[in-house]
Parts: sequence; structure tokens; C-alpha cells
Amino acid sequence: MMRLRRILPLLCMLLAMIADAAADLAEGLDKLKSSNFKHKAEAVTLVADSGDARGAQILQALLDGRLYIRRADQLVVIVADNAATTELLDAATGAALGTAAKSDLKKIAINNQMRLGLRASLARLSLGDPDPDARLAAVHALIAAPSEQTQVMLRDAQKTETDERVKRAMAVVAALADFDDESPAARLAAVETVRGSMLGEVRNRLATLVEENADGSPVEPDAAVRAAAGAAIRDIDAARARYEFIETLFFGLSLGFVLVLAATGLAITFGVMGVINMAHGELMMLGAYTVYVVQQLMPNHLEWSIAVAIPLAFIVAGLVGILIERGVVRFLYGRPLETLLATFGISLFLQQTVRSIFSPLNRAVATPEWMSGQVVISDALALTANRLYIIVFSVLVFAALLALLRFTPLGLQVRAVAQNRAMARAMGVRAGWIDAMTFGLGSGVAGLAGVALSQLTNVGPNLGQAYIIDSFMVVVFGGVGNLWGTLVAGLGLGIANKFLEPYSGAVLAKILVLVFIILFIQKRPRGLFPQRGRSAEA
Amino acid sequence: MKHTLLNARSLCAGLVAALVVSVTPVRAEDTIKVGVLHSLSGTMAISETTLKDTMLMLIDEQNKKGGLLGKKLEAVVVDPASNWPLFAEKARELLEKDKVAAVFGCWTSVSRKSVLPVFEELNGLLFYPVQYEGEESSKNVFYTGAAPNQQAIPAVDYLMNDLEVKRWVLAGTDYVYPRTTNKILEAYLKAKGVAAEDIMINYTPFGHADWQSIVADIKKFGSAGKKTAVVSTINGDANVPFYKELGNQGVSAADIPVVAFSVGEEELSGIDTKPLVGHLAAWNYFMSVDAPVNAEFIKSWKTFIKNDKRVTNDPMEAHYIGFNMWVKAVEAAGSTDSTAVQKAIIGVEAPNLSGGTSKMLANHHITKPVLIGEIQEDGQFETVWQTEGLVPGDAWSDFLPDSKIIEADWTDKLNCGNYNTVTKKCSGQNYE
Repeated sequence: MMRLRRILPLLCMLLAMIADAAADLAEGLDKLKSSNFKHKAEAVTLVADSGDARGAQILQALLDGRLYIRRADQLVVIVADNAATTELLDAATGAALGTAAKSDLKKIAINNQMRLGLRASLARLSLGDPDPDARLAAVHALIAAPSEQTQVMLRDAQKTETDERVKRAMAVVAALADFDDESPAARLAAVETVRGSMLGEVRNRLATLVEENADGSPVEPDAAVRAAAGAAIRDIDAARARYEFIETLFFGLSLGFVLVLAATGLAITFGVMGVINMAHGELMMLGAYTVYVVQQLMPNHLEWSIAVAIPLAFIVAGLVGILIERGVVRFLYGRPLETLLATFGISLFLQQTVRSIFSPLNRAVATPEWMSGQVVISDALALTANRLYIIVFSVLVFAALLALLRFTPLGLQVRAVAQNRAMARAMGVRAGWIDAMTFGLGSGVAGLAGVALSQLTNVGPNLGQAYIIDSFMVVVFGGVGNLWGTLVAGLGLGIANKFLEPYSGAVLAKILVLVFIILFIQKRPRGLFPQRGRSAEA
Repeated sequence: MKHTLLNARSLCAGLVAALVVSVTPVRAEDTIKVGVLHSLSGTMAISETTLKDTMLMLIDEQNKKGGLLGKKLEAVVVDPASNWPLFAEKARELLEKDKVAAVFGCWTSVSRKSVLPVFEELNGLLFYPVQYEGEESSKNVFYTGAAPNQQAIPAVDYLMNDLEVKRWVLAGTDYVYPRTTNKILEAYLKAKGVAAEDIMINYTPFGHADWQSIVADIKKFGSAGKKTAVVSTINGDANVPFYKELGNQGVSAADIPVVAFSVGEEELSGIDTKPLVGHLAAWNYFMSVDAPVNAEFIKSWKTFIKNDKRVTNDPMEAHYIGFNMWVKAVEAAGSTDSTAVQKAIIGVEAPNLSGGTSKMLANHHITKPVLIGEIQEDGQFETVWQTEGLVPGDAWSDFLPDSKIIEADWTDKLNCGNYNTVTKKCSGQNYE
């Protein structure tokens, strides 16, 4: 009896709390329907603080743009995806409501301030997430929104935290609050705690400790704290300089590999066959448009579209290349000027064809989910995923091409024709067929480059023009007829460009690289690695 | 090969000719000719073709309403082919040979500068519909696009006051519009107490595709603990790889918002908008503006162009305002004579598409509202801020010491586009 009497009020309180949470949630959802962003921001706080278990899901949906209002009955719903017809969930209860067309729903729009608020609220809610990576992201997000409440939450969460990385991050963020502590010992301890952390906020807070007031007196009265902060800053700056070097190197490599990829096809047609192919850029453009067409044909499998587009782009560009060789170029061997004019004409023709078929406007090519975002190496260094994939892709294409030329009968014949056409024919090599195949191979590789470029830049009729000059530059610099030369030249130019850029700006860096190449070609007209080939003999 | 090309070109010329013929059913004597000077081929064709169609639609509608001064209007369309010297040639042809009453045209500042001497020599009328860098006021040109104080300055005010931005990246393509705009913005920011080390200025070549280092720099610049924003005057095509790189390096609109002055609905229709959501643009008009007059305009545009997917944008609205102002001025003057229209048009009011009424000012600029919008996933803008009332266009920036003292007034008071209030001298029409 006694016991029941004690428990009853507790039970009532608990029930009241649950009812309260539901009421707050309902009120928050109701406020979200307002078109005023201030009201919506209040609604976010209401939902976040309601303590309702559904809060996190609702806020995440709002942040992802998946929270809608059903026009018919003004019910707030969560949609599964952004397709034209989609499955609905009741936001308040989580009950499935069947499917509905997008036109029957109205999206709840958010602005940037709301996005910041949402991220902070979500971070607080996901401190207890079972996934340590989610917890770590939550801790990092909380740095931006320091408040008494978050400090308390962090300290509580720290006690039960099991993952070492998350624990360390929590300690650092919590220590940042101690920078304002009255006792110098606590401040010193805080500085020691954050030492070694590469988070941007840590460096900023440390910097405030060593600043001086307007009258020249130090902001931080305690000399020991000042010294510790100064040492910590020096550590961070040294580490940052190292990371920055790695980052610049990565940027240079990624630019370099894009150049290599764009130039490899040309290294074959121009380098091995000696054909100045001005339509090379347009073959890349065809590759990029292949990605676009593939994505239009399989809109529900975007993540696989690239994998399908790679072989297709190779085939499309390769076939067009063979067509160009058989139709035009083969009548012009040994007449470089006419070849140049004819292929230039073909490039205009291809551009106009694409304009007529796809319109002169740029086409939207989506980036698959697995290619966006970045690969985090440390707090101070993260590499972009799409660039990493392009480096890998470029290396694979290059290696495959080398293997093909080195180890296959076709490669042997290509090399034979390139070195001595008459002799190769005398040995029974069908030179005409080999020419067509070589040109098709070079064109196909250009198509592959187009697939990579579709992930980096605009897909439009002018895509090829932007890369044709760079491609010729790389091939000539590397030495006509030498694939390794193309690789070294492309990477060299990319890295040089990226290391120059911070000092000179993008415009001047490009000019400086061009001037260097002009001077270099004056000294060594045959490039870095001159090779004997048909063009070398001519 | 050459034949195909030649054929394509003559086919194009034929099409343009056919177009001109098709809108000129009335005898030449009874018509008022209106010149349309927009590139229909070359790099600028993407943007300018739409404006040509807009003009044809406006002229068509005016004719349905009974024409002007009892006569039908007749469009004379020429193609300056994105070639700046050709703009001047075509302008001369329109004014001398076709004797057009007014010309609506140009997009880039360099094309406007190229035709300016022609219009001044032959006393023609040019309505210029694109936002530009200011520092100009000609007797013969009416600037219906935004001057810097109608786009750049309010956008910076919004960032400074509403988003509490403390550090600024001014990023632009390396040519006259971004350079002048950034010069004005830098002076403005410094006047507002922003320290030099909190401003980063960066220029890139046309069509720049590799943004890795610049985005990394912006990220580093923005990690100093103060709220940072990018004010972008990056031109056209270079925007896509820029926004993609921002997205890939994890810079979201909530961390470092980018406010762009050259990204509109038309540009967004050709790109994957996912990485852009939440970034900002400043214009005087958005297609999403909720006003009956706008709904009507969008409807008639979609009917005219026979495509339900086409979007409307800010320069189209500028032509809409400019054309209606010209019509009203001609009606008031009772003639299409350039000098009479120049006199009559000052003070003329015409509705804009956001529900207000714009007015032609004495400096040949107009009053406009300024809107800031966030990019949405469907390629439209959601207005997040808007000036109270209309902002009068200022030809000469008040934030550059050299042009602060210059005034433009084409009423009898000054009758000068470049009047120095210190030396009391009127020195030509251009500022050097």
C-alpha cells in the first residue's frame, strides 16, 4: 500500500511527461506549417526539446528536404524519396500512409539560419547515437553552438562514452569552455587538454589567449597559460603546414591526372600516328554526353550509371573515331595542314550536331552518391572523393593502355606501323586496318576522359574546346610518341600549377606555366622524352 | 565538310530572315520599327536568344492591343554573333538602314561599350536589360538592369545585418564587371569598418574548371572563427565546377553562403542543383515571385514559346519594364523621335513583375526592388529577404572616391551624364 502510494505520483509524472512531449511535438509540427521562417525556427526548438523519440527523424527529414504538408488535410508528412510519387509517413506518429503524388504535397522550405539550428539540434539529439561516427560528427557540430546546456550534455555523455576518438573530441570541446574559467590552473589544464587537436575552433580559441588588449596588456593574465597556449599554437601551425603541403600535392596530382587522362588519347592519335586531331576535344564531349544519355535512360539507378557509361562511352567515341579515320583522315596522311583543317571542321560539325540534338544549354549530369563528399584523413585533412576516384580511374586507363600496346598482338602491330610503316607492311601487317584501330583506340580513350570530366565540369557543346589546348600542351611537352612522357608531363604541369597558384593567383599561374613550356620547347623541341616514330622521321 | 558548314550558316541566316518576315505582315509605311540586337549564335547565344524571344513576345502583345500611335510595331532582328565589333556594325545598320525607333539589346558590358559611340553619333535609343557595373550614363542609353547599388550593395547589407557576416571573399571572373563591382564592394566594406585582412579577393580566368585550391583557400579563410560569406561575380559556365567543388569539400551554404550575381533561373536549368541548395542570389526579380502580374507574364511566355518547361529571369523582366516605359514615353511624346522620347521618358512609370511600379530616373536608370533568394532543389529561388520599397539606380557609385563627385542628370537642370560637382564641368559621357 505504502509502496503504491509512493509510486503513483511518479507514474503520473511520467505519464504527464509523455503527454507533454506529444503536445510539444504537435505544437511544433503545427508551427512548421507557417510560411514565416522565425516561426519555423521556434518550431524546430519545440520539436527538438519535446523529448519525443520521433524528434530526430522529423528534424533530419526537414534538413534533407523530405518534410512535406499534405494539401488535402494539412497533415505534416515525411516522404521516402524525391521521386514523383512516393511513400508517406505521418510525421507525428510514424504511421505509414501509403503513396501519394508530389503534386498533392507542399514542401516545407527552410533557410540557412534554420539549417544551422537544425544541425545543432540534431547533434544534441544524436550524442546518444549507437554509431560512433555519428557521435563524433555530433560533437564536432556542437563546437559551433557553445552553450551551458551543451557543455553539461557533453560532460554527461563523456562519462559513458566508450569510443576513444569520440571521448577525446568530447574532452576537447568541453575543455574549450574552461578557457573562461577563473582559476589559472583550470585554464592551463584546458590548454593542455586541447593540445594536439587539429579542429579549427581550437586554434581560434587558443589565439584569443595570446592576444593583447588595446593598451598592450595581455588578455590572458597568467604567464604559464600564455606560454602553453603559444606552444600549442606553434604545434598546430607546424602540423597545418605539413597537411597543407600534402593537400596541395593532392590537388596538383588530381589536376595532373585529369590532364593525363585528357591527353592520353591524343598521345596515341597524335603521338603514335602523327595525326593532328583537332576533334579530340569533341570526342571527349561525346563521352560526357554518353553519361548524360545513360542517366536519362536509367533515372532510378544513378549510382550504377557511371559503370554502364564507361564502356559505352569508349565504344561510342571509338566508333566515331574509326568513322573519322576511314571517312576523312586516311585520305590525308602525310599532309598535316589539311588534316588539321579537316579535323577542325569535324570538331565544329560535332559541336553543332550536339547543339541540334541536345540544345545549346548545358545538360545536368548527376554525381552518384558514392562519388560525392570527401574521405577524411584527419581533422585537418580531407580529400575529395570524386578526385580520388578520377585519379584511380586515370591510373587504370593508363595501365590498361600500356599493357595493350606492350603485350597484345594489336599493340605489337601498332608499334611496328608507327616505327616503320613500309617494313611493317612488308611483314604482312594490314597497315590500313591498324590505322583505323589505333585511331579508334585513341578516340575511345578520349571518350573515357569525357566520362571523368562529366563529373567535374559542365556537360555542354563547348566542353571539348576547354581541354584541347591543354591536351596538346601535355603531349608536346612530354615528347610526341611517348606515353610515359605524357604521364610525366601531365603530372608535372598539374603539380607546378597548383604550387604556383597560392602565390600568383589562378590567372598568372596558368600564364607562367605556358611561358615555361614555350621556353622549354625552344631548348628541346622534341619534349621531355623524344621518341622515334613516324612523326619523328618526317 | 566546308559545304555542310556553309549550308548550316546560310540556313541560319535564312531562318532569321524568315523570322523577320513572319512578324512583318503589315506594309512598311504603316509600321514603327523596333531593333532587337541580341546574339543568336556564339558563346552568348545561350543567354541572349531568350531575350530576343521576349522582345518578339512583347511586340506581338502590343500589336494585339492595337499597336502604338495607331501603327503596328515591327521587330527587326539582327544577329551580332557574340562578336563585339559586329555589335557596333549591326547597331549602325539598324539605325541608318532600317531607321528603327528604338533598339533593345546587348548583354555583356563590352558589347554595350562597343555600340555606345554609334548610338551617340546617330542619336538612337538603346534599352540595356542586364545588371552591370555602373560608372556610365549616356543620353542615348536606358539602363533597365541593376546598377551596383541595386544588387551588390543590398546583398552585402543583407549578409552583414541578417547573417552577421564578418569576413568576405570577393570571387570573380577576370573581366570588367567583376573588377569594377569588387572595387566598389571593397570600398563599401572598408567604409563599414571591415578590416583589410577580413577581405579576400580572388580572380579566375573565364571557364575556370579546377577550383580545388581556391575552395581550399576559402575554407581556410572561413575557419578563423568569424562568419564568412562569398560574394561571387563568377561568370556563367565556371559556376558549376565551383559549386560542385564547394559541395565536395564539405562547405555547405549554412557554413559559408555564396551570394551570386550572375546565376539565375536560366543558368540553373542546365545543372544538377543538389550542391547549390541554400546558396543565395541577388536579383530584382525571381520567377517564384508571388504576384498576379508575374503569373500572367509566365503564362503568356510559356504559351508564346510553346514550351511548358521554360523559365523566366531577371533580364527578361528588365526588357518588360523597358519596353512598357518606351511605349508610354512614345505615347506621351506623340512621336518616336529620339529627342522627344528622351525628354518624355524621364519620370515615366511602368509596372514591374514583382507587383510594384518602376520609374525612369533622370540619370536613365530605373527604380527596382532588390530580392535575395535561396536556391531550391527545383532550380527556383525562395525569397528570403527583400528591400522595403524600391531602390533608385545610381549611375556613379558613391563608394568610389573618383566617382562620388560625379552626377548624371538628363533633365534641363544639368543635361549631362558625367557632371563633376567639384570642378562644375561636364566631361563627355564616359568615365575614364
